[in-house]
Amino acid sequence: MALLRHLAAAIVAGAVIWAASVQLSPFRDFQMAQIAVYVVAIAGLSILIGLSGQISLGHGAFMAVGAYTTALLMTHLNWPWWAVFLASPAVAAVGGAVVGLAAARLHGPYLAGATLMLAVALPSLAVQFPGVFGGDQGLSVNVFAPAALGANFPQTRWLAWICALAALITLVILANLASSRVGRNWRAIRDDPVAAALAGLPVGRLRVLAFVVSAACAGLAGAMLAVTTSLVSPGSFTLSLSIALLAGAVLGGLGTLLGALWGALVIVLVPTYVTDVSTSHGLSGGVAANIPIAAYGVVLIVVMLIFPQGIQGGLRRLVTQFLPTPPTHLGSPGQRPPARADEDLDSPYRRPPVSEHQEEGTS
Amino acid sequence: MTEFLQFTLGGVSFGMVYAAIALSLVLIWRGTRILNYAQGAMAMLCTYIALTVITHTGSYWEGFAVALAAGLVLGAVVERTVIRPVENKPPLNAVVVTIGLLVLLEGIAGIIYGGQYRSFPTAFSQVGLHARSVPLGISRNDVFVASAVLVAALALAALFRFTSVGLRLRASAFNPYAARLLGVRVGRVLTLGWALAGLIGALAGLLVSPNTFLYPSSMDSIFVLGFTAAVIGGLDSPVGAIVGGLILGVVLNYVGGYLGSNLVPIFGLIALMAVLLIRPSGLFSVTHERQV
Amino acid sequence: MNRSLRLRLPVVAAAVTASLVAAGCGSSGSGGSGGSAAASVPGITKTQILIGSHQPLTGPAAPGYSEIAPAANAYFQYVNSKGGINGRKIKYTYLDDGYDPSKTVSVVHQLVLQNNVFAIFNGLGTPTHLAVVKYLNATKVPDLFIASGCDCWNNPSAYPYSFGWQLDYVREGKILGAYIKQHFAGKKVGYFFQNDEFGQDGVKGLDMEIPHSQVVSRQSYVPTNVNIGPAVAALKASGAQVVVSFSIPAFTALLKLTALKLGWNPTFVVSDVGSDPITLAGLLEAFAKKGGATVQGNQLTQGIITDGYLPTLGDTGNSWIALFKKVHDTYDAKAPFDGNVLYGEAVAYAFVQAMVKAGKNPTRASVVKAIEGGLPQGASVAPYDYSATDHGGIMGAFIGVIQNGAIVQQGSVMTTDTTPSGPVSPFSGTQPAAPASGMP
Repeated sequence: MALLRHLAAAIVAGAVIWAASVQLSPFRDFQMAQIAVYVVAIAGLSILIGLSGQISLGHGAFMAVGAYTTALLMTHLNWPWWAVFLASPAVAAVGGAVVGLAAARLHGPYLAGATLMLAVALPSLAVQFPGVFGGDQGLSVNVFAPAALGANFPQTRWLAWICALAALITLVILANLASSRVGRNWRAIRDDPVAAALAGLPVGRLRVLAFVVSAACAGLAGAMLAVTTSLVSPGSFTLSLSIALLAGAVLGGLGTLLGALWGALVIVLVPTYVTDVSTSHGLSGGVAANIPIAAYGVVLIVVMLIFPQGIQGGLRRLVTQFLPTPPTHLGSPGQRPPARADEDLDSPYRRPPVSEHQEEGTS
Repeated sequence: MTEFLQFTLGGVSFGMVYAAIALSLVLIWRGTRILNYAQGAMAMLCTYIALTVITHTGSYWEGFAVALAAGLVLGAVVERTVIRPVENKPPLNAVVVTIGLLVLLEGIAGIIYGGQYRSFPTAFSQVGLHARSVPLGISRNDVFVASAVLVAALALAALFRFTSVGLRLRASAFNPYAARLLGVRVGRVLTLGWALAGLIGALAGLLVSPNTFLYPSSMDSIFVLGFTAAVIGGLDSPVGAIVGGLILGVVLNYVGGYLGSNLVPIFGLIALMAVLLIRPSGLFSVTHERQV
Repeated sequence: MNRSLRLRLPVVAAAVTASLVAAGCGSSGSGGSGGSAAASVPGITKTQILIGSHQPLTGPAAPGYSEIAPAANAYFQYVNSKGGINGRKIKYTYLDDGYDPSKTVSVVHQLVLQNNVFAIFNGLGTPTHLAVVKYLNATKVPDLFIASGCDCWNNPSAYPYSFGWQLDYVREGKILGAYIKQHFAGKKVGYFFQNDEFGQDGVKGLDMEIPHSQVVSRQSYVPTNVNIGPAVAALKASGAQVVVSFSIPAFTALLKLTALKLGWNPTFVVSDVGSDPITLAGLLEAFAKKGGATVQGNQLTQGIITDGYLPTLGDTGNSWIALFKKVHDTYDAKAPFDGNVLYGEAVAYAFVQAMVKAGKNPTRASVVKAIEGGLPQGASVAPYDYSATDHGGIMGAFIGVIQNGAIVQQGSVMTTDTTPSGPVSPFSGTQPAAPASGMP
């Protein structure tokens, strides 16, 4: 059964991660925790865009909701970490439902615009109500490793453990969702909403559900971010965060969970690497700091133009190149050429149906 | 009462800048069905070019002209190189490419010009105008800003309506296949559309930079509000872009004045959602709604 | 898509961790392991002191602030050219956090855990540094001379390893407020402030001195919204005759421009943060050039009242300005010699003072003790108040007026504390001269 397979995979992965975290330095443990944060957020966004075909430029806002929920619950009610890891996605899911309901009627760029404004506007709420949300200085969050592990246990390793655990559980849930009836329904409304509606699928409700699930993931990621950063303030949730999540989802490969891992790796590891390289070449601090930004832009453009299916798509194509090709239905003598990106029925990169263009009139 | 007048007039001034950005977005959307997230960054780069020219020659109008020309060229180049490959692909590809372009241009500006705030000159005086000794809260330059955008919009409208180039632009946007069959070089026409949008974007950058100072991310918030204005007005409608920009500029000025500066983005979101919930394709859209 | 999760995920997890291990092994050589193992003070070897910082080199706070770290580094290079401190050269690694607290945490973890810095020096920004202050104190890393005027760092019981340096905003508000109370008694006062801890603390200080009945309007702004027209119109409508502004230079310039547009010319009192005449003149330059007249930006800054805790840039007779200008011209010539550069060099001088005092074999604990024992007054106009119970820093400033593009001191240096009842009193001492060698 799919669930057992996914659980087994997760357990094996968890064992590997645990072993690695013990071997690696505390700084690498910290990076592992950071990667886990982005894996969860990007996986949720990837599901939303890749499986249900809706775009969101505002997932940073849902992360903020999760993070502030965590900070408030821990500060005022002293909840332990696992309780806030359950509560934050729930609160963010409510937010996702609200946004999803409002957005269910919107398509394409209009949805993008609405979510963009959400990402821009939401952090200013924290500044507007400083008594509750701590204003610009934010709220602090404290998570300590349990005393049972010993006084010398590195804090970052504990963070890596709880974040990796949360990430693995999330991935198992998402994997099951994606391979279930819900996942198939999402793909149906993504590819042809009219046909799906004719077939009896509740399109609006499925869209909202997709938003709820992805917002919950972002909320959990926000909680994990709060715990690893130990401070929740509006400066961490700017528009660049939402853009980074989108970039990570696309670079990694939309609609795939492993793509979320690649995307997270790129976001966490590449900028520091590029800065190191440029400062070691003697470039001044200001110029060196801008090079990763320019490089980031170039990577996005190049990947979209040449590898639209992202890293995961590229890997999959590499693997399938080496597997024996199945005979084609028509029995043609030659080898079937590799599928084009826009012929892959499962891919969100298919060309939109021609009808879409002719539907909209001019003014 | 004077306050209200000042807020209104000040809102018109900023609103016309949002309208210019919105207009350039609408131009690109109508031609290629793509939303150019890098529009603000392109405008910023052209404005930097203008500043370099002005610093060297001392003449504002020379810099102005060079910036507009740079906008034309930049728009055309971007369409040819980066956008052409994603024009017939699903919309997400274009979203990511234009966001990548936005980030790239800001990085380049940071490397070449540095991150410092630069002062940008105006052609006309920025001293406030008075009507019978009541300060209006706007200056001669603000009047220039509003008129420049209006003139640009009218010129564009005239181009579309009365020239054959405009006819070709409209045809390519409406039905590229039929247009091609009728002998229209659709590719060239789309490039022209992007070039014109680049010009209007550069105009917006030139007009607003005296008030925001010029630095690599100075056009970011202007772009967000211009984008919101375009969505409010309806992405297919140039008239909607102007109206959306004006409404947004004035309303947000009232919010800033009466309620506080921090609430401006929140009210921008509220305004946007209010319009989209009633008319999901914007105020001036004439699209047939899909019921799904 | 997800059917292959079974095999893929563990394989991938192994690959990821392998790459992290490889990367970790590759770069763990950087940092303080050059000498013998016996020394083992992180960041200190026989020949080098390694310190780190988080700075906004990109992003919204970069303009201006990005000059500070290169200027501090210039002074360190000057000290290194003279042989360093007890034979050790200072290596200053400052990393970009884009003014984003999550990045600050990342960068500081990297500096402490991977680069093994001896101390974090001059970490910039209040929300950004708040994200790391607990971590630094928990891991007993000296957190020296934080670049933020929040008085939250002055908390020796909670943050024993953290030290402020610059005049904090509450004190600054009190000093400005006392001046206004004295010279503008009875006039209507309006506040214009950045809506974060910088502006809010400044207002707190102002309110401790200026009677509430005098304050007719309080308008705040956020750096993300440059359209301050409505706020300024509201200030004008309230009839304010004196406007106190806790704003960064861009917004001070915008405030002046907008007031001119409204045909309004009140007396402006601006915090040191936003009143550097050179920066302001640069921002107002294009406006001033209008109409072809050679109006200097200076005319637009004429008469602005401000405060300062470092000597004024135009005071070329001052030995500190001479020293820092020489260092700037040699090691940081590309940047303009403005308030940010002066700040960077002055705080770097304080660090060198602390390290010299910590002795031939400094440890993290000994440098903390050295500062708590008191630092002699350096480039600042008022002394430091460091002690075992006070980690604040500079305790006073002078009031100045911008005339012809330079700040001219008015009266004596005033010192105060951060309590509502503490008096604002003149400081009777004089600033010591800069050492002839340029090093403490």
